[in-house]
Amino acid sequence: MTVDTELLNVPPEKLVVEGVSKTFRTQRGSVHALDNVSLHVREGEFVCLVGPSGCGKSTLLNIIAGLEMPDTGKVLADGKAVTGAGSDRMMMFQESALFPWLDVMGNVLFGLKLKPALRNKERREVAKFYLQLVGLEKFMRSNIHELSGGMKQRVALARALAPNPRVLLMDEPFASLDALTREQLYGDIQEIWAKRQKTIVFVTHNVREAACLGDRVVLFSPHPGRIQEQFTVDLPRPRDISSVDLAKYSTEITRALKRHLKPEAVGEGE
Amino acid sequence: MKRWTVFALFFAAFVVTWEILVRKGIWPPVMVPSPVDIGKYFIASIQDRSLLDASYVTLKRLLLGYAIGLAAGLPLGLLNARFKICADTLGLLALGLQTLPSVCWAPLALLWFGQTEAAIFFIVVMGSVWSIALATDAGVRNVPPIYARAARTMGSSGLHTWLKVIFPASLPFIVSGMKQGWAFAWRSLMAAEIYVIILTGFGLGTVLHFGRENHAMDQVLGIMIVIVLIGLLADKIMFAPMERFLHRRWGTAK
Ligand SMILES: Nc1ncnc2c1ncn2[C@@H]1O[C@H](COP(=O)(O)OP(=O)(O)OP(=O)(O)O)[C@@H](O)[C@H]1O
Ligand SMILES: [Mg+2]
Repeated sequence: MTVDTELLNVPPEKLVVEGVSKTFRTQRGSVHALDNVSLHVREGEFVCLVGPSGCGKSTLLNIIAGLEMPDTGKVLADGKAVTGAGSDRMMMFQESALFPWLDVMGNVLFGLKLKPALRNKERREVAKFYLQLVGLEKFMRSNIHELSGGMKQRVALARALAPNPRVLLMDEPFASLDALTREQLYGDIQEIWAKRQKTIVFVTHNVREAACLGDRVVLFSPHPGRIQEQFTVDLPRPRDISSVDLAKYSTEITRALKRHLKPEAVGEGE
Repeated sequence: MKRWTVFALFFAAFVVTWEILVRKGIWPPVMVPSPVDIGKYFIASIQDRSLLDASYVTLKRLLLGYAIGLAAGLPLGLLNARFKICADTLGLLALGLQTLPSVCWAPLALLWFGQTEAAIFFIVVMGSVWSIALATDAGVRNVPPIYARAARTMGSSGLHTWLKVIFPASLPFIVSGMKQGWAFAWRSLMAAEIYVIILTGFGLGTVLHFGRENHAMDQVLGIMIVIVLIGLLADKIMFAPMERFLHRRWGTAK
């Protein structure tokens, strides 16, 4: 922390991604997934990443989560270099990654059991609360294979929220949900975010969703993955996905997307 | 239940036909004892306790030997999956020894341990340990990496990840390896008991062997039936519940 930032009273940066590059080498050649990406996320900020398929959004989340190491550049969380995964930065994967050997309740309890401060009864209560939030308390005892795709994603959401992580890294968490459930979860996630002072990095293909949820929308372009443009969404919360003000933002972002990228990759809204 | 009725009818018909064939002399009684004779053998051998004692000796050897095989095979498989150096040494050894019918160890086992329980245990352990280790190894290698990653972002690491994620995730493989290990242990135990006389106790295999020596085919067939029953019972008591659980959880049932 420099003297300048101390004097300016800038809030400390929760996540710092500085000059990160990543290349994947496979037998069929190499893929330049991220090229010199820098991103600063403030404590309590909600940042949405949008961009066409294959532009390195998941890779960036994995690197922030500490599940993968960048080739060059550095990642800081709370000013400390990220060297591995930790429960302070909870990742919610693009595929649900639920554990088939546990039932729904067992899955939601997994992260909670790693918090020694809680008693078992409290853990179960917390798990039930989040299952209720995603509307699946009736399926507590179900096996994972008995759930639909959207239900699995909701269980994964409950599992990620339950241990109350400071930072949530969410990779297209609402992609396979119906519009109604999704709209309800937009409200819930904004409420949780505001109440619990979370920092969220959220990947989506849906520009409207990004404008609705994010304080800031970060636009990626592919081959190699780079940050093209950033938009600050200055609207009061809670935001309604179908409001006219929001549509203005999403139109602007979509236009920028089309300007930078191949047009087929992203569409506005639904 | 219908399945069982069908089977009971089939079995009754089979036994009755057999009895008739022997009574009519179509099957000479010297070659094939009749079901009634076998029944008489069962009653006699239960009354003088010889069958119960032999079953007890055999089951003790099987369960203890299998337990040792399991206790050695599971960690060995995990080590092979975790450390390349183990895979390249013990892993290859396991692969080689798994192909060896473990009764081949009998001459050496007798030399090393004498005609004692230890020799028999050794053969049973050699029969089960390798296939359990190999199955555990394969199971761990087939766990989708996403499970371990998901666990790590929830704060799991090291031993916790192995016990709570990798191990349960590989259970379908491990259970089928355990089943195979059980079958190998059971077969090698019977081969060993028939092939070598162990002075510390007479098991089912030994009694079967004596039956041959005395040309008491009712005894031989009686013991064979007991061996089949023990195999079926083990499957129903030990493995069927585990498999039912796995099928239910993973959704792999028919
Ligand atoms: N483990 C890997 N091995 C090789 N290549 C990889 C690997 N992971 C990602 N890539 C490549 O890196 C690029 C970026 O992938 P990434 O998954 O980050 O894209 P994405 O932006 O999340 O796309 P989507 O929106 O479709 O999820 C892709 O071209 C992909 O092929
Ligand atoms: Mg992705």
